[in-house]
Amino acid sequence: MNVLELHNLKKYFATQKAVDDISFDIAEGNIFGLLGPNGAGKTTLLRMITGIFYPDSGEIIFNGKKFDPVNDTVGIGYMPEERGLYKKMKIGEQALYLAQLKGLGKKEALEKIKDWFIRFEMQSWWNKKVEDLSKGMSQKLQFVTTVLHNPKLIILDEPFSGLDPVNANLIKDEIFRLAQNGSTIIFSTHRMEQVEEICNHIVLVNKGKKILDGTVKQVKNEFKENLYRIGAAVLPEHLSTHIFEVVKHSPEELLVKLSNGVSNNDVLQYFIGKGVSINSFKEELPSLNDIFIRLVGDTPTTRQFQAIN
Amino acid sequence: MSKVGLIIKREYVTRVRNKTFLLSTFLLPIMMLLFVVGSAFFAAKSGEKQKKIAVINDPGFIRNNLKADSAKVLFSFDATATDTNFAGKGYDGILILNKDSANRTFLLYSKKTLSSASKEYIENKLDKAFENRQLENRGIKIAQLDSVTKETKSNASVIKNELKDSKGSTTKVNAAVNYGIGFGSGILIYITMFIFGAMVMRGVMEEKTNRIAEVIVSSVKPFQLMLGKIIGIGAVGLTQLLLWIILIFGLLTAAQLFIPGDTMKQVQELQQMQQSGAIPGGGGFAASEAAKNIFEMQSTLASIPWFKIISCFIFYFLGGYLFYSSLFAAIGSVINEDPQEAQSLMLPITMPIIFGFIILSSNISTPDSPAMFWASIIPFTSPIVMMGRIASDVPWWQLTLSMTLLIAGFLFTTWLAGKIYRTGILMYGKKATWKEMFKWAFRKS
Repeated sequence: MNVLELHNLKKYFATQKAVDDISFDIAEGNIFGLLGPNGAGKTTLLRMITGIFYPDSGEIIFNGKKFDPVNDTVGIGYMPEERGLYKKMKIGEQALYLAQLKGLGKKEALEKIKDWFIRFEMQSWWNKKVEDLSKGMSQKLQFVTTVLHNPKLIILDEPFSGLDPVNANLIKDEIFRLAQNGSTIIFSTHRMEQVEEICNHIVLVNKGKKILDGTVKQVKNEFKENLYRIGAAVLPEHLSTHIFEVVKHSPEELLVKLSNGVSNNDVLQYFIGKGVSINSFKEELPSLNDIFIRLVGDTPTTRQFQAIN
Repeated sequence: MSKVGLIIKREYVTRVRNKTFLLSTFLLPIMMLLFVVGSAFFAAKSGEKQKKIAVINDPGFIRNNLKADSAKVLFSFDATATDTNFAGKGYDGILILNKDSANRTFLLYSKKTLSSASKEYIENKLDKAFENRQLENRGIKIAQLDSVTKETKSNASVIKNELKDSKGSTTKVNAAVNYGIGFGSGILIYITMFIFGAMVMRGVMEEKTNRIAEVIVSSVKPFQLMLGKIIGIGAVGLTQLLLWIILIFGLLTAAQLFIPGDTMKQVQELQQMQQSGAIPGGGGFAASEAAKNIFEMQSTLASIPWFKIISCFIFYFLGGYLFYSSLFAAIGSVINEDPQEAQSLMLPITMPIIFGFIILSSNISTPDSPAMFWASIIPFTSPIVMMGRIASDVPWWQLTLSMTLLIAGFLFTTWLAGKIYRTGILMYGKKATWKEMFKWAFRKS
């Protein structure tokens, strides 16, 4: 079942088509990566999904029904990129306040806060103020306040910025755990290695339009270039053949691009025939980083303003 | 609890619990009291030391008019003093008169600059001497004139101004008290409007610069957030005002305890006399001056329509606050960290407030003038100006019109500000221009 379906969403601002006809579905329990360069329209898209902005046209289906910004926010946890907390407020009170704003009762909220504080070893923070926390600590608190009310849909915009590797791993494990428990996660970032590690489905937007949609595997296969990495001590005289093209050659390793219609076995047979002993043979798939750069790299780094009428 | 309720509660509790709130609530009245008492004390004390002035060259008729009846100046007709040795003889200055009685320009040498008050005193004394000489030349005896003046003064005329309505009942007019109440409450509204308006603006800026605004508006509508903040801070203001009122009445009651018992007894007797129809102060009963004063004050205070004034004050305080605070919130939402940006954007909002105050202070003595009338009807200035008119009888239709317009006004500004706020609070980077804000406010949602 799809937790979220976007149908032809559009949002134009005075000088930009921020989101220009984007549609996609997110299935329940998925960790969904929303990718795109700066200014691609990600934040505008997320603000529409969280009910902060109304789309100019198009439709958002949340949990099988038309999205209702007033009542459905309880099912959504949003950690925006521009995030923060009240600096002068005590941490416990702050978490309680934010949970109550999401619609939780006081008693229920307190129980959940205690659970999370124990899990993140934050019990001793209760009466501290946010201004006393380090950046990493307040990030953890921010994460807790985002997911505290057990939302069906969790939206995290650059959740790891400012976190050290230990805390980043802690959050990452929580993201996996939440997904296993049935929450759906939208993860927006431009850190491709994190996407590869965490997400199973991605959408790439650029200039307000969707340019890529699929599972990580699908996307990689779609962009693969028939590259194979062969671990073997190959002599230069073995490399003159029509079945592959050498991309890179080092004493211990060879990177080749197979010609059209040539199979893996043809290559292996070729080397066996030459008496070369092969230690490893592996297909080289493009990284998301490469795909990202290939798709959006040729667009100008900053989006130009355009006239909307 | 509704979401707006939660926001109101947070705004209220965090502010009231804050130490600065307690301090400003209890210290401000005490500070003001100290200020008044202190300035009165210093004004009384500041009477400079008596100046000793030597006078020479008297043409004859001045001497009798320069008597040592002042704490400011002591004149000595010392023929041995000269403009070179007066300091050595212990004089602060030397006044050289002219033998030629037609020449009225005099020289005064002094060690230090004389205060303008002393100089004026001497000039007046000299004028008086010339005036007396003129009178005597025309055959008027100064002593007789003095006794006539004295008699007139000791039995001064009193006007008792009373308002008489169509039914024939009368109310005492007390212009000075009306003036005081009008001006005082006008100033108080003026000040609180700035204090609490700025508080709203800072609160919005805090949410924006702390980057919590977007987190909150993913749970509640921006308009709810703005409304919650405005109402919460308004409740803080109201709490503070009520505490001040209680504090003032408490202090007044406490002050009565310091009045001696027999004085109070006399005051009570005066009250009884008034109730039984006798003229207070007249008749055989000899009350002390203090008792008369207290009685006078009490009957004046009793004649003031306190209920009307206080309820109007609370209405105009809240109305003015709501009218302007949403505009302050809108300004807070469009600026970034830089407080200087706030200055320039705040100007158009603070101008009408200041304008209202100027109208109040320049027209307070004529509460029925056209300027006061219009300014007390138009919502931009009505909270301040109407309070200046309230103690004098304002016709009911004017009061109703002014209140209705103020309510309509703050509904409008809140609606307008909500639209600017909604966009502004999520904009980072550059400051919005007036043109952009205008667009945000009037575009269709």
